[in-house]
Amino acid sequence: MKKFFSLAMALLMCVCLMAGCGQSEEPAEADNPSEPAESSEPSGGDEPAAEGAAFKFGGVGPLTGENAIYGNAVRNGAQIAVDEINEAGGINGYQVDFSFEDDVSDGESSVNAYNNLMDSGMQVLVGPVTTGPALSVSTLVNQDRVFMLTPSASSLDVVTGKDNVFQLCFTDPNQGMGSATYIGTNMPGSKVAVIYRNDDIYSTGIRDTFVAECENQDLEIVYEGTFTGEGASDFSVQLTDAQSAGADVVFLPIYYQPASIIFAQADAMGYEPTFFGVDGMDGILTLKNFDMSLAEGVMVLTPFSADATDERTVNFVTKYSEQFGETPNQFAADGYDCIYALKQAMENAGCTPDMSAEDICDAMIEQFTTMSFDGLTGSGLTWGTDGTVSKMPMAVVIHDGAYVSVENAG
Amino acid sequence: MGKMIKLGKKRSVNLTKTRVVDFSTYLGVVLAFLIVDAMLRGGMLSRSFSGQLIPICCYIVMAVSLNLTVGILGELSLGHAGFMSVGAFSGIVAAMSLQGSIPSEPARLAIALVVGAACAAVAGVIVGVPVLRLRGDYLAIVTLAFGEIIKELINCLIIGHDENGLHVIFNFNSSKTVSDLGLTENGIEIIKGAQGATGTQMISTFTAGFILVMITLVVVLNLVRSRSGRAIMAIRDNRIAAESVGINATKYKMMAFVTSAALAGAAGALYGLNFSNLTSAKFNFNTSILVLVFVVLGGLGNIWGSIIAATVLTILPEALRGFDDYRMLIYAIVLILVMLATNNSRLKALLARPFASLRARAAARPGKEAQ
Repeated sequence: MKKFFSLAMALLMCVCLMAGCGQSEEPAEADNPSEPAESSEPSGGDEPAAEGAAFKFGGVGPLTGENAIYGNAVRNGAQIAVDEINEAGGINGYQVDFSFEDDVSDGESSVNAYNNLMDSGMQVLVGPVTTGPALSVSTLVNQDRVFMLTPSASSLDVVTGKDNVFQLCFTDPNQGMGSATYIGTNMPGSKVAVIYRNDDIYSTGIRDTFVAECENQDLEIVYEGTFTGEGASDFSVQLTDAQSAGADVVFLPIYYQPASIIFAQADAMGYEPTFFGVDGMDGILTLKNFDMSLAEGVMVLTPFSADATDERTVNFVTKYSEQFGETPNQFAADGYDCIYALKQAMENAGCTPDMSAEDICDAMIEQFTTMSFDGLTGSGLTWGTDGTVSKMPMAVVIHDGAYVSVENAG
Repeated sequence: MGKMIKLGKKRSVNLTKTRVVDFSTYLGVVLAFLIVDAMLRGGMLSRSFSGQLIPICCYIVMAVSLNLTVGILGELSLGHAGFMSVGAFSGIVAAMSLQGSIPSEPARLAIALVVGAACAAVAGVIVGVPVLRLRGDYLAIVTLAFGEIIKELINCLIIGHDENGLHVIFNFNSSKTVSDLGLTENGIEIIKGAQGATGTQMISTFTAGFILVMITLVVVLNLVRSRSGRAIMAIRDNRIAAESVGINATKYKMMAFVTSAALAGAAGALYGLNFSNLTSAKFNFNTSILVLVFVVLGGLGNIWGSIIAATVLTILPEALRGFDDYRMLIYAIVLILVMLATNNSRLKALLARPFASLRARAAARPGKEAQ
């Protein structure tokens, strides 16, 4: 019996392994014919457009692991956009083929995911979603001459020195600056406490510019508390210090998981300052087992608010809630906008799927630096040659478990 | 007298036996390299696979070097990624700051590997002196803490280089930024605290990875088969008995531990120079455990087992991408099944049947020697 069991296990193991191998080889083989067309540019244009040819968009982001909410939101948002475009007849008459790979928000996995997509003949990259992986991939993208538009990797380092890498989100300095300006204008004379994660690029990047800009505003920073990723389960020390320093605004340039603990602990100790978050706070409303009443009154700086009444936002929010059963956050909107921005640029440039990734890249760089784009996260978006986007941030308040713009909250 | 001669004879026979295993390990690695390299040049490999070649080399070196500590020395170390981290960041600093003076990339890579190994060896000595007095669980916990300390220290580190040399700031209270380095216009920022090393030139090559694997094998296998290696294994098997025959336990423990740390440092340097961005968070507890999994799966003290386990388990998550959402679940299930299967004595016996006669003879020999 035991012998049979061990044999069965070994067999199962082999099947698993082989299934894995089969899967990995399949796309590589299937796409071999398209590869030469890509690498040899002169002949690339001469290839006849095959029947049912499609643009190959790729996406990279965390679908599992601690940052999974961001990756999933981007994927879902982008998928809605792709479905809409394909239903409406595609880009320049060609369908869009969108595949999204998981990178667990890790640089090495992200490079692997990118290589995997390149094997399957990807022409344009939407991603990576998080900053660290985006830094690793952007260098490769720059060498390979593939166009990259990241929905949410906000560090300046992602785009600097790489002419074919563009961002759809604010840069970290922009967010820190925007938050300080907003608090300085609307809550002048506040005493501000900052709690941030000091081993994270995103968090330290925003904190640095926020603190620098506070000096120009009528704001006093009374306390700065730090934590590291692994220790993110108890903030009572930071909160007590912030309270005793008399802070009435607590600025949180951090992701939503630690923020949820901060809200719960502040509530438990009866400390009720105005919490102010940036785009990483997005996602708190979809966090499982989180008591929404704790987030009541939290302010978030975001370019997207799901309660906006314009037709496109309403349409997007309805579709998203129908398909995925939750209210889309800013990341979903960023993913959606990425696809439409690419569509607009490709239509302007008259791209076709048989063009090589490099030709598309050149056309995209030209379009992105000259065009103006209206999306869910703002209208009249323009890009500089450095790859950063200019758009207006907007503050929203969490009210009854949803974002509402500050004016509507009354 | 007569007994001694007999012993000598047996030992020489034994040595040739282990030599066969050792040389087939070398041969296997060389063959694998030649085949993969030929395929790489012929463009027969997918990007997804060729992109993993250098990380695979790094993980092989990590696994083999950890096997020296865990399998040969018999001490559980949970901070191996810490040494990799030291090697990675010191290697990156070396490679980036020598950019101007040494234009040749392979030369710079070699220097970076040596610097990484040296720095990790120093860290190994610093950790080893107080820590190797501990045993078992205690050692495991202290090495675990070491890995975390290294991570936090590198988070505080801001390093830049210009024509005046290296500029280093320890940013303990997070009050300083890169601008405090006072770099000149031509200066480059190498490590930016929590942001890690960004904008690193990717100079690692597969050939360098292969050479590093070979060096690791030569060092580890020769150490294990040497007089010192037997002393190390004697300490593992019975410390009291080993000390009673005059073996200096601390000395040999240090020897194995520091060698292991130095090799991990070289692997780290190779790894760090393969990615344009690297944060110290990459070398956390999970990475240490991952390497430990390679070692345990390949078999404690089994060098070629470590090589195969490191290779297969690095490729596996990528090969499973076809399963989409269930990828990591299937990875974990495969891991459990492999662990069960490789530890199943009946299955082992079944697989070993063709070699039964060989094994029987091999098994008989140590028995005789014991008598």
